[in-house]
Amino acid sequence: MLSDQQLARKSLEYRRDTLRWIKHSGAGHTGGSLSCTDILNVLYNRILRVSPQSFSSPTRDRYIQSKGHSVESLFVVLADQGFYQQEELASLCRYESHFVGHPTKKIPGVEQNTGALGHGLPISAGIAIGGKLDNADFRVFTLLGDGELAEGSNWEAAMAAAHYKLDNLTAIVDCNTLQITGHTANVMNNEPLAEKFQAFGWAVRSIDGHDIRELTAALSTPLETGKPSAIIARTVKGKGVSFMENVGKWHHGVPSDEEYAQALSELNSALKALPETC
Amino acid sequence: MSAPAPSLFTEAAIKTAEGLGLTKGRANLEVFADTLLTLATSDKNVLAVTSDSRGSGKLVPFGQALPEQIVEVGIAEQNLVGIAAGLSSVGKNVFAVSPACFLAARALEQIKNDVAYSDNPVTLVGISAGVSYGALGTTHHSLHDFAALRAINNLRIIAPADNFEAREAVLAAANLQEPVYLRFGKAALYNLPATDRFHVDKVRVLRQGKDATFIANGETVIHALLAAALLEQRGITCNVISAPSIKPLDGETVLSLAADSKAVITVEEHMVNGGLGEACAALIAQAAINPKFKIMGIPDEYTVTGSQADIFRHYGISMEGLSETMLGLLEP
Ligand SMILES: [Mg+2]
Repeated sequence: MLSDQQLARKSLEYRRDTLRWIKHSGAGHTGGSLSCTDILNVLYNRILRVSPQSFSSPTRDRYIQSKGHSVESLFVVLADQGFYQQEELASLCRYESHFVGHPTKKIPGVEQNTGALGHGLPISAGIAIGGKLDNADFRVFTLLGDGELAEGSNWEAAMAAAHYKLDNLTAIVDCNTLQITGHTANVMNNEPLAEKFQAFGWAVRSIDGHDIRELTAALSTPLETGKPSAIIARTVKGKGVSFMENVGKWHHGVPSDEEYAQALSELNSALKALPETC
Repeated sequence: MSAPAPSLFTEAAIKTAEGLGLTKGRANLEVFADTLLTLATSDKNVLAVTSDSRGSGKLVPFGQALPEQIVEVGIAEQNLVGIAAGLSSVGKNVFAVSPACFLAARALEQIKNDVAYSDNPVTLVGISAGVSYGALGTTHHSLHDFAALRAINNLRIIAPADNFEAREAVLAAANLQEPVYLRFGKAALYNLPATDRFHVDKVRVLRQGKDATFIANGETVIHALLAAALLEQRGITCNVISAPSIKPLDGETVLSLAADSKAVITVEEHMVNGGLGEACAALIAQAAINPKFKIMGIPDEYTVTGSQADIFRHYGISMEGLSETMLGLLEP
């Protein structure tokens, strides 16, 4: 298994590559891709029993990215996992490309077509019920945005997941506190979020969504037998690039040449600062 | 307390049906539920998913016989379809059952994205469709579902006209690895004349004639058939087509019969916008054939209050109404 240090390096590389392909395609959901990078890193490198070889296996773990707009970081991570060559992302959002600006099953490694918000949790609950019916031991993970939680379908599924005691289901909320209009607290406040999930019958843990160890601990096993797990991952939108952090316009901002050069220089400096061993 | 529902058929229509040797069948919804129970009994991957709809879906016996194979989601149609898609993606043969009015409206985005676009071969079962709920009114009518669902890629739409078509459609949907929308009403139906074996992509030609053509689906087909029989007494012979599959529509058969007809009438338990009639109109116009043409359905207005029978009669969906409309269309 990769060390924490090695994962720290991967997170920086993923952020660099995410920006590279957003810059190349001239479009992308930059801030949210950067806020969920560490979550995807830990999921794919530590937690999920998924690989290009096992992807057709019925017993594989499932990952459904409900916040489908943060697709650029997912595409980078799937390339790193060997589902395809990263250079294929040169066609991202280009004419006739399979790489649409949201996840689709045409891309190896993607489970479901997502992007309309409020869909991933119901689908994941269905997969988890299927796993229970078959006594299968796979787990199901879905990544939700904090703004996304205003969609009522999430709460229909939250109710059903507790009703069916889906402890094989884990919902991770990329709680970056921003959405396209501004602060989630001002647009449509969803706090107290942990208490909401608890009241729906979920086991809940709030963590630092950029901390590899906290993510690993929270995701390694279900939080509680007989309950679905909600991980409230406190994150920073635009994480890793100083001028993008917590700035709403980077929701789907594309960096200028100068901004891109500065972002790369910050990420490369951080990479250089890592110990040599990893 | 509700008033006794008037018959869908006048005395004359019942006589005409008897003259054709038609026998009374059951409600399609009951045939659906029986067929699904048979399928599920021999295959534990067959699941019914319900949204507090097992009673209206005639699935209480299913739930009693196979409690492990029914997934209840409560009154939550979006979740119904999302969960059905997830179950389908792990290899379950899923029938998601809910009143058509809610299924094809509230859960429309889940149908579009989670079932059709993600290509999860769920069978969506719209029950008590059209104006089956009668006087319960517009909230409970589904007069939009053909139109809404026809505009979604990768979704078959099937509205069976009798117990034979209903059973065959359920079996076909169970075997197809494709998203399907099945639409059932709850009225007891006549068994229509037998034809060759059911083919899911094909219309059924129930009666052949030289002058005109009726194209209908669902619970309106019987009325078109009776109208054709009545017209024959006046020397006018008609084709009667049951088109259970509105998408894909069997254009080849429809066009070959329409081409030799002086007039074509389509009949459906749906708003005249965007349903079977407009699907046929598009075919006919693009084939550059030019019969007189009329779409019979529910007009774009608040539907009159009444039972399904009242509503059908009010809008001319009856033996008498359809034969008169055809006579008017055939006038020189
Ligand atoms: Mg957010």
